[in-house]
Amino acid sequence: MVPESYYVALSAVLFSIGVVGVVIRRNPLVIFMSIELMLNAANLALVAFGQRFGNLDGQAVVFFVMAVAAAEVAVGLAIIVTIFRVRRRLSVDDLSVMRW
Amino acid sequence: MAYVSFFVIAAIAVGSALGLILRPNAIHGALFLVVNLGSVAALYLMLGAEFLAAAQVIVYAGAIMVLFVFAIMVLIPGKEESGADPRRGARLIALPVGGLLMLLLVFVVVARWRGPSAPAGPSGSAAAVGRLLFTSYLFPFELTSVLLLAAMVGVLLLARRRA
Repeated sequence: MVPESYYVALSAVLFSIGVVGVVIRRNPLVIFMSIELMLNAANLALVAFGQRFGNLDGQAVVFFVMAVAAAEVAVGLAIIVTIFRVRRRLSVDDLSVMRW
Repeated sequence: MAYVSFFVIAAIAVGSALGLILRPNAIHGALFLVVNLGSVAALYLMLGAEFLAAAQVIVYAGAIMVLFVFAIMVLIPGKEESGADPRRGARLIALPVGGLLMLLLVFVVVARWRGPSAPAGPSGSAAAVGRLLFTSYLFPFELTSVLLLAAMVGVLLLARRRA
């Protein structure tokens, strides 16, 4: 049986990769996918901690995180498509103001 | 045996995550993310969370990634990351800072880990998780439906072509 700390360490590694991806990429879609990577790493940590403390609450929270992630992806992609429709290009460096 | 499979799956997960953030093509990134989500589903199975492993494959690797690939196809990206990067310096600093963050997080996890784990982990079967969701977490569970409805209405409003 692999100790749970291994899973939490892996989740920390995946989370850091997601953070770097958000910062170094210019394509908002890839940034969005990096955010999904971070959410997923947090889910893995939740499941591992739930297993360590011997209750199922961590898994219930992961279920809610999945539902919220689905809603977030739908709204976020709609926003990106709307921005693309107005601007005709797609780079986060152009989007430095909250209005257009 | 468990260690071998854990390290193989962990290597696949880390490699696909690196592929996601390093490949310039967004479609390749999406496929790498599918591999990553699948390997995390395998880790859920190793942790005994069968229901979450199935939900991960269906919701994340299925529904969410289809949405991503669809958006990438509609937007045809790839051109925005060509050309000179006006903020190259700031982005190069991100690499050591991200590496530092990773070392810090892993150090906190490994150095502060104390005590044995619970003798027998809970069963993550659909029956057990479902019972928990419909008893202790009934109210948040119902709120989730309101959230999904709000997201659906919001997306329709955003995607509506303005006259």
